[in-house]
Amino acid sequence: MREVIFSREYLQRRSFIELSARDRAESLFDSGTGRELAGPFDRIESPWLAMQGVTPQADDGCIVMRGTIAGQRAVVIAFNGAFQGGGIGEVSGAKLTTALDLACRDSENGQPTSAVLLLETGGVRLQEANLGLAAVAEIISSIIALRRYAPVISVIAGPVGCFGGMSLTAGVSSYIVMTPEGRLGLNGPEVIEEESGVEEFDASDRALTWSIYGGQQRYNQGLVDILVDDDIDQVIKTVQELITKGVPPRNRSEQVDVYRSHIAALDPSTKWNPADVSWSAASLARPIGRNQEVASNEEEHNQ
Amino acid sequence: MEQFEFKYPAKRKVLRRAHVGVVGSGDLEVLLEPTEIGAASVLVRTSVDGFKDNWKAVLDRFFGQYDGAVHIEINDAGATPGAVYLRLQQAVEASES
Repeated sequence: MREVIFSREYLQRRSFIELSARDRAESLFDSGTGRELAGPFDRIESPWLAMQGVTPQADDGCIVMRGTIAGQRAVVIAFNGAFQGGGIGEVSGAKLTTALDLACRDSENGQPTSAVLLLETGGVRLQEANLGLAAVAEIISSIIALRRYAPVISVIAGPVGCFGGMSLTAGVSSYIVMTPEGRLGLNGPEVIEEESGVEEFDASDRALTWSIYGGQQRYNQGLVDILVDDDIDQVIKTVQELITKGVPPRNRSEQVDVYRSHIAALDPSTKWNPADVSWSAASLARPIGRNQEVASNEEEHNQ
Repeated sequence: MEQFEFKYPAKRKVLRRAHVGVVGSGDLEVLLEPTEIGAASVLVRTSVDGFKDNWKAVLDRFFGQYDGAVHIEINDAGATPGAVYLRLQQAVEASES
């Protein structure tokens, strides 16, 4: 058998992914400042699941905490990927939207409040499909309102990833942070296999899946601002730096021409390898390297 | 989905509430809250039908050793009896730490 040797750094790192959703949220706050809102003992649960024979969860899989990060007011919304695949329903959607709207109201009143979304979600929860879709529309509109005043940071850390309607909400956020273990996409591999057949996409092929949806590939494509290791300290430091940095000069979703030019450069009549579908950091609006310091605003304007 | 209620005698006051677990496949969520001394109650909601006897057996065994005055709510997504017992112990530990 081949001997696998792990580096000391790898073995000694503290994994962010392995934390529970509640602990992930709490870990981002300045020590002792994180306070949960609408927690499990408030029992704001989905009214729709039980009538479909599905056991609800007391917090509907959505954890909302507020406090300070790097000394600034912030709210963290974490999805629990183990409950209903982190799917968004009426209640979890309302919790997220309300948190963003309250942050926006405080920001308008001179108290800028950033939002951090810890996204472990397959998208809209199918048992609440229409309400979930409505929630996605509300979330997008709330993010666009808040991001004018304070950064909205999406963190996609774990292998559940961020798919469906929730990938759109990540797309309109001010910054996206991923680990190589994370996945980001609109239609997930299982959906493509189900709809178009296994010859189109073999969802059981993990190497293929991560070569297309994985954090490294999404970073190479310029769809992600910062790639971090699955390490609590790196995630915390990155979120702190982005909150300190503040609102970006241009949001990703306002750079339609850049991304349209990337698509135009691809010839769909030929077969592409995932590795070919990447753009150098120089062609992108915000070159931020893995584990590097966040680029300053001046550097960003020099594109 | 099925729902059951169980009651047990309880003589010891518990100071803190605790929440552990997740309603994920093969797992469960436990919400434990202090109540008045005298009775402990358990409300179980499970997505897997037909296992009431197993739930009673696990909870009888748990309350054979635990005498805290608590109300416990369990939201279950098909956990095995062993997993249920471990989550209950984890909730007790969290409520007494």
